Amino acid sequence: MIIKQLSIFVENKKGRLAEITEIISKADANIRALSIADTTDFGILRLIVDRPDEAAAALKSSGITVSVTNVIAIGIDDTPGAFSVPMRILSEADIDVEYMYAFITRKSEKAYVILRVADNDAAAKVLLDKGVELLDEEGFHKMM
Amino acid sequence: MSIFKPEIECASRDYLHALQSARLIKMVKNAYENVPFYRQKFDEIGLKPEDIHSIDDITKLPFTVKTDLRDNYPFGLFAVDKGDLVRIHASSGTTGKPTVVGYTKHDIDVWADGAARAICAAGGTKDDTIHVSYGYGLFTGGLGLHYGAEYMGATALPASSGNTKRQIQMLQDFGSDIICCTPSYAMFIGETVRDMGIDPKSLKVRAGIFGAEPWTDEMRKEIERLLDIKAYDIYGLSEIAGPGVSYDCECQNGMHVCEDYFYPEIIDPDTLEVLPDGEYGELVFTCIGKEALPLVRYRTRDICALTRETCPCGRTTVRMTKPKGRSDDMLIIRGVNVFPSQVEHVLLSLNMAPNYLILVDRKNNLDTMEVQVEMTPEMFSDTVKGMENEEKRIEAALQSTLNIFAKVRLMAPGTLPRSEGKAKRVIDNRVF
Repeated sequence: MIIKQLSIFVENKKGRLAEITEIISKADANIRALSIADTTDFGILRLIVDRPDEAAAALKSSGITVSVTNVIAIGIDDTPGAFSVPMRILSEADIDVEYMYAFITRKSEKAYVILRVADNDAAAKVLLDKGVELLDEEGFHKMM
Repeated sequence: MSIFKPEIECASRDYLHALQSARLIKMVKNAYENVPFYRQKFDEIGLKPEDIHSIDDITKLPFTVKTDLRDNYPFGLFAVDKGDLVRIHASSGTTGKPTVVGYTKHDIDVWADGAARAICAAGGTKDDTIHVSYGYGLFTGGLGLHYGAEYMGATALPASSGNTKRQIQMLQDFGSDIICCTPSYAMFIGETVRDMGIDPKSLKVRAGIFGAEPWTDEMRKEIERLLDIKAYDIYGLSEIAGPGVSYDCECQNGMHVCEDYFYPEIIDPDTLEVLPDGEYGELVFTCIGKEALPLVRYRTRDICALTRETCPCGRTTVRMTKPKGRSDDMLIIRGVNVFPSQVEHVLLSLNMAPNYLILVDRKNNLDTMEVQVEMTPEMFSDTVKGMENEEKRIEAALQSTLNIFAKVRLMAPGTLPRSEGKAKRVIDNRVF
């Protein structure tokens, strides 16, 4: 129930994002979801791509600082209040959320949220126990 | 304006020459007989103390450099037994080890005499309260002016640095007459006084003695405007004594050197030849009046020029210009000496690549230092918190070595200048 995310260090420099995404494109990897954390000094680009290992290798060989981070993806109904349910579950299980980002797809009526939590396995277990939909790598990319 | 020691400060050049000659002969004997390092250096060039007949023979003597102090760390260059010391100070060295200096009772008096001359030259009298906002501790700034104030019978107020609002409250409540600190801190106090809505004219303080870091005439004018005082420059370095080696008089046209204690020369830093008055070169001091650490021709690395023309103030002692640069890579940041090599040592101790870039600037009148370092792949985290923790860890390691806060900025591996060759390691955007 774990999905691989690419975490990429982005210096605050003109053209850096273009350079990084071009390398990913040359590795024939398609970006499915993304977010960027920005500070005054640097950014951390987080990507879900369909070929994470190939993309990571291509970035590394171009001298880009990248790591593969395990995250979880949940599917929720696209209705008011739906997202608060898993958040309450995690809170009651004392699992901290480090960051998250959401997306929707053309193939499904649902909304999807990528979650980076302190303990992926514990979070996956408690969410599944409470009936929250979790996507695995295969399920995630099939939906795209 | 009164002169603290007119018999010296206004002496004839002939008298000074005789006094310096007698003191140099005595000092060289002391160094040769009591410091094995100097005995060996003199023996190597076949020089005996008897070969020194007057101050004119000083050029026969070898130079001393900062690494000699480090190589003989901590007490190897002291000419007296530890029992005769009454004080030890230390400043940061080029590597992890500090430069250690020792003083006998006589040496403390020599230093206090120099600082007292500086206070007097800034218009201070025994009735004044001297507000000392230099840091107290191993740094010589605080205790130097403190002892100078007491030596001349004035009242020393050991405020030390920091807690600016309390400093200003003391200026108001205690009626300090003269304030001593780094020029950048004086600017900050001045700005804070204005921000607090206090009219500087309501403060009794009338003069300031500022040193320990380079500053411009523009800064001087700004400090004078902000605090409504007259600002005086003071020079010193711990290896020689501390603040009070030379000082401004009311004419502010060069700092008078206490040349009866600290004999200055200007040399070409490449050829090591002595340069005539008026020419810029590296300042060298010989401690002809001190017992514990009789440094011979110590190379300060400060670039300045000397003049022996009589000053309109009446003093005849040699004057030095404000140092206009360094012949090495030392930086002075908020009054603290910083060597780029110290940063390198810290990075290596953290198992990081010794690639870095130091950015120095002056923001809101305070020096800032940023160190850009290359992260290791293991240091990279997908969370901002993780990256900030890494930065804080390096900042803490730097602070404990440099004694000054430097902001750390993590850079991608391979993006900074390499350590080979003449990499540009420092960008100093301050204006002096």
